[in-house]
Amino acid sequence: MTARLLIEAAGPGVTVQDAGRFGYSRFGVTPAGPMDLPAFLAATRAVAATAALEVSLGGVALEAEGATLAVAVAGGAFDIRLDGARLPAATLLPLAPGARLSIRAGAAGAWCYVAVGGRIDLPLALGSLSTHARSGIGPKPLSAGDALPLADIAPAPARPRRLAAPWLGGGDAPIRVMLGPQDDYFPNVSIEALLEAAWRVGARSDRMAYALEGPRLAHARGHDIVSDGAAMGALQVPGSGAPFVLMADRQPTGGYPKIATVIGADLGRMAQRRPGEAFRFRAVDWEAAVAARAALKNEMAAGAVLTPLAAELSTETLLAENLIGGVVSARD
Amino acid sequence: MRFQPSRGRDMDAPGPRYLDQGETALTVEFGDAVDPDINARVLALDDAFRAAPPPGVRETTPTYRSLLVHYEPLEISRAALIDWIGKRLPGAARGASAEAMQEAPGGSGLLRPARNDGECWVVPCCYDPALAEDIEEAAALLGSTAGALAAQHAGAVYRAYMYGFAPGWCYLGGLPTPLALPRRLAPRGPTPRGAVLIGGGLSLIGADPMPTGWYVVGRTPERLFSLQRDPPFLVAPGDAIRFEPVDAAAFAALDARAAAGETLARRESAS
Repeated sequence: MTARLLIEAAGPGVTVQDAGRFGYSRFGVTPAGPMDLPAFLAATRAVAATAALEVSLGGVALEAEGATLAVAVAGGAFDIRLDGARLPAATLLPLAPGARLSIRAGAAGAWCYVAVGGRIDLPLALGSLSTHARSGIGPKPLSAGDALPLADIAPAPARPRRLAAPWLGGGDAPIRVMLGPQDDYFPNVSIEALLEAAWRVGARSDRMAYALEGPRLAHARGHDIVSDGAAMGALQVPGSGAPFVLMADRQPTGGYPKIATVIGADLGRMAQRRPGEAFRFRAVDWEAAVAARAALKNEMAAGAVLTPLAAELSTETLLAENLIGGVVSARD
Repeated sequence: MRFQPSRGRDMDAPGPRYLDQGETALTVEFGDAVDPDINARVLALDDAFRAAPPPGVRETTPTYRSLLVHYEPLEISRAALIDWIGKRLPGAARGASAEAMQEAPGGSGLLRPARNDGECWVVPCCYDPALAEDIEEAAALLGSTAGALAAQHAGAVYRAYMYGFAPGWCYLGGLPTPLALPRRLAPRGPTPRGAVLIGGGLSLIGADPMPTGWYVVGRTPERLFSLQRDPPFLVAPGDAIRFEPVDAAAFAALDARAAAGETLARRESAS
């Protein structure tokens, strides 16, 4: 059975992403991949997919063609509606031909993932389906009128269910960083400012980098370094003293000193900060970063829980849910 | 993959610095300069990873002077990774045997270890000012002429230090010293595809158009990067490259052949 996912409307920044394009950074190729990996995995694992649509604050409206699709949505607290009826921000739902799934910016969060039970039937570029808009590698960013061909369609659930994944949401705890790799390019006063100030994500933020607004971070040894590899989450400080957090579409190398790096367990929370939102950084060491990583991995291994929606708590619904079972395995 | 016995200057070289970039990336820093010996040590370690990566290492990114190792810390600890690296550092100068060392013909005077057993890529390049948009401006800044600049640029053998900035943007060491020119203070508009550039004492091939502060002194019809070709990239970090001048008419013909999928660059013995 084949089907298509129709893009009825799309704001800027709706792209196809899989886990990322690895192995080509040595040739200047950006890895791309999801901005919020744990949220991406919550959506894709719920429908056993390997790729998803990444939706920005501009939102998207989708329809199914050719089959009723199993669709999982997870990410920030977006406004999710199926034919106008409000659904939880993380949800597994059937999308029948003729129905309209609309996803708009909601109470919080900057990115939302829409995974379909099946395979997005597009050619891989350098082994990956991830869009890198700037270099033109991977599928083009999606706009109204586009249709994604689907193969290996999975059966859809009978009705929408809440997708509860404890690692979604994030909260207001400080974003944890490890200092370095070039923290020795900065005087102590800059390190202190980084860790004590209230920061905001600036308006000039996108998949490539988040511009941060806060105190200027002076350099001790100049602001040029001989180019060095750059990881996602690195806080690069150019001559202006205003740091950028390098995100999924970063260049694989960079020529500015990196004062600190957001730890893996907090990258998704960093990505979900909206322009204007205030937050703080907190420094941790390698051991603490790895412990946080292990804790997140364990949470995700336990899997997301699917529950019927409260509005549908009829005896009939409960019986059906008990028969189907509610736990999604989230193992690789 | 082959390790050469250490030469004196490598024995004397201090060990690398290990700098964390979060818990999933480790910068192995061999120096803080654009230098052929430092780059050779970076690429030797990179070779070791590519030949037999330890479990948990996902990808390595070589640059002029450091190797960024992306790893999964729940599979290999930082200490185990550093231990693995330390065991592979002796004799870490790739291709640094006497027969692979060559004097830079362009006058930089640096000994450059060449990779791939002394083979060299020969890449066509048109220096006609009609295509080499900035060559007259760059020549004027250098107190030279476009013709002299082209002859000097085409007379040198370069080494691919690293890629960066954008896919297929390949940074080249070995620019003759008289062609060293600071980059522009403000970037120029997007370069033409296949731009051959100079700036900051280096040369560079820009695969796809991008704005840059470097000067376009030539243009190659070769596609350094093409998704339609297998392999998509021709030149690997560490490879030797020289440019073979072609006129504008030849460029047009070669460009059409490259557009049809043909590989124009050829390999020759560097000796």
